[in-house]
Amino acid sequence: MKKIIASFLLFVLLFSVGSCGERNDTVDASLLRGEYNKDLAGTTLKVYNWGEYISDGAEDSLDVNAAFEKLTGIKVEYSTYDDNETMYSDLVSGANYYDIIIPSDYMIERLIREDRLETVDVESLSNYQYIDDQYKNLYFDPDNAYSVPYNVGMVGLIYNTTMVEGTIDSWEALWDEKYSGDILTFNNPRDAFALAQLILGQDLNTTNPADWDAAAALLKEQSPVLQARVMDEVFNKMEGGNAAMAPYYAGDYLLMKDNNPDLAFVYPKEGVNIFCDSVCVPKGCQNYDAAVLYMNFLMEPEIALANAEALCYASPNTEVVSHDDYTYKDNEILYPSEEDMPKVQWFHDMDAETVEYYETLWVDVLNS
Amino acid sequence: MTDAKLRGVRERKNRTRKKGVSLLLNFPYLIWLCLFVIVPVFIVAAYAFTDASGALTLENFRKLGVYRDNIIDSFIYALIATAVTLVLAYPFAYFMTKRSQATQRVMMMLVMLPMWMNLLILTYSIMNIMETNGIINNLLAAMGLGKIQMINTPGAVVFGMVYNYFPYMVLPLYSVLSKIDPALLEAAADLGSGGLSRFRRVILPLSMPGVISGITMVFVPSVSTFYISQKLGGTSVNMIGDVIESLVNRVSTRNLGAMLSLVLMVVILICIMIMNRFSDEEGGIML
Repeated sequence: MKKIIASFLLFVLLFSVGSCGERNDTVDASLLRGEYNKDLAGTTLKVYNWGEYISDGAEDSLDVNAAFEKLTGIKVEYSTYDDNETMYSDLVSGANYYDIIIPSDYMIERLIREDRLETVDVESLSNYQYIDDQYKNLYFDPDNAYSVPYNVGMVGLIYNTTMVEGTIDSWEALWDEKYSGDILTFNNPRDAFALAQLILGQDLNTTNPADWDAAAALLKEQSPVLQARVMDEVFNKMEGGNAAMAPYYAGDYLLMKDNNPDLAFVYPKEGVNIFCDSVCVPKGCQNYDAAVLYMNFLMEPEIALANAEALCYASPNTEVVSHDDYTYKDNEILYPSEEDMPKVQWFHDMDAETVEYYETLWVDVLNS
Repeated sequence: MTDAKLRGVRERKNRTRKKGVSLLLNFPYLIWLCLFVIVPVFIVAAYAFTDASGALTLENFRKLGVYRDNIIDSFIYALIATAVTLVLAYPFAYFMTKRSQATQRVMMMLVMLPMWMNLLILTYSIMNIMETNGIINNLLAAMGLGKIQMINTPGAVVFGMVYNYFPYMVLPLYSVLSKIDPALLEAAADLGSGGLSRFRRVILPLSMPGVISGITMVFVPSVSTFYISQKLGGTSVNMIGDVIESLVNRVSTRNLGAMLSLVLMVVILICIMIMNRFSDEEGGIML
C-alpha cells in the first residue's frame, strides 16, 4: 500500500514539474520593430532587476528574458534585489558585476554623480522613439546620456469603501482618529516622512533640519492611530479588509482591487511622490553590446506591453499606452488626464548628513 | 634507561601524537570558525568604529542613547518569552520522557515540525491566523462571539517568539531529563520522599544544566529577534533587531547598525557569563 501511495505521489510530482516546463518564450517576430541577430550568441548578459519586476512567463504571460535569449542566443543571467540600497551596496562592493541594472530616479542621480554608469547613446536606439517625451530629459539624466525609462509610478491613498465614510481627498485621513487602529503607513523613513512633508507643504528633498523636525513631530502624532507600518504586507491587509486605508503605489492598487473590489484609490490634493525606474548599464559591465541590445529590446512595444500587463505600473512607452489590447488603456489611475494629474514631487539623492538626521528622527517616531 | 623512564617517554610521545591528531581533526572546524565567525565579528567591529567614508570615529557610539529604549524593550520581551517558553517546555519535556519510545519519537517530530518550514512563511501564516479578519476571528464571529484583537499587540510578539524558539528549549531539557536514572527516583521514594519533594530535590537539580542551556538558547535569539516582532507586533513594539535591520539595509546608516549590533553582542556576552556562573555551581556546561 505504501508503495502505491509513494509511486502515486512521485507521479503527481513529476507531472507537476512537467507541466510548468512549458513557457511562453516566443514573441511574434513580425511585431518586433528593432533588428535582432545572433551575432552575440553564446555570450552572457547579467541583468540585475527588482524582484517581480519583469513579465516572467507566470500565468501565460510572455517570458521576456527567455524571448530575448531565443531571439539573440545571448544567455540572460537574471538576479533580483528588494530595494535600491541593496542594489547599490552590491554594485559598490564590487563582489559582482552586472551588465544591466534598473534603479530608481534618485539612485541613478547618485550613480551618475559617482561615475558608476556607462554612457549609452540612447537616441541611436531604434525603439527610443516610442518613449513618451514627458519621460525624457528627467532631472536625474537631463541629457538622456545614461538611461531609458522602464516604469513610472505614483504613490496614492488606497482605502476600503466599506470601512471609510464618504470619499477621501487628503493625506490627513491617515491621521484621522475615527479610523484609529485601521490605518497603515510605510515602513521606511523616506516614504513615511514624505506623507508628513506633503501635508506640511515642504519640499521632499529639503536639507533643512527644522523641516525634518516638523515632519517627525507630525509623524509622532500619527503613531497612536496606526495599526502597523508595512511594506508588501499591505496586500494581505488591504485585500483581507484588515485595515481601512494605506498609502501605496498606484500599480499595486490595481492588483489589490482584483482581489477586493471594495477598495478605492485617490491621489491626495497635497500632491504625491512620483518615481521612474530606468534601465542603465553600470561601469564594469562585461557585455556592453548585449546590454544595449537588451535596453532596446525592453522598449519594444510588444515587450513593453507584456511588462505593463504583468506589472500594472504605468508605461512610459507611447505604443503601449495607445495599444488596443492593453488592459489599462485609458485607465485614469495609471494615466490621469491633464486636469486630474496630481501635483508630483520627485525624490532626489540626499546627502549623508540629512539621511542620518532623518534616520535618527525615524527611530524616535517608531518609539513614539 | 629504566623501564619506568622508557614508559614515560613513550607516554609523552603518545600524548603529543594524540594532540597532533586532534588538531588535525579540528583543523577544518578551526578554519570555519575563523572565516565565518571571527572574521565577521571583526568586520562588524570595523564598521562600528568607522563612518560611512571609512574614517575612524567614535561618533556612532555617541548615538547609542537614541536606541536605549529599544534595547531595554528587547531585553524585557526576551525575558518574558524565555520564561513563558520554560514554563511550557519543562512539563512537556518531562512527560515526554515518560512515554514509550515510539511516542517520544512522534512527539519530538511534532516539536521540530515548525523548524522545517521557512520562518518568513511561518510568520506570514501566523499573521493570517491572528488578523482582525483572520481565521480565528472569523471562527469566533461564526460562533456568534465578538472579535478579539490579537495581531499588533505585545502579546502577539511574545507568542511569535515562544512559538519559534520552543524547540530550542525542549531539546536540551529532554536530553537531560531522559538521562536521569529512574533508580535515583526509586531510592528517593524508598527514603520516604514524596512526589513534590522528589521533583524539587532530585529531578530539578539534575535537570539544571538543561534548564540553563535552554534559557541561553532561547534568550539569545529572542533579544535580537526581528521580522517576527515587526510583522506580528505592528507599531506596538520596536525591537532592537528590527532597528538594526533597517539601519544596516541602508548604506548611509550601516555603521550605526554595526555599532548597535556590536553593543548587543557585548551585552549578550555579559548575560551568558552571568548564566555560566549559575551553571558552574550546578556542574553544567554551556558555552
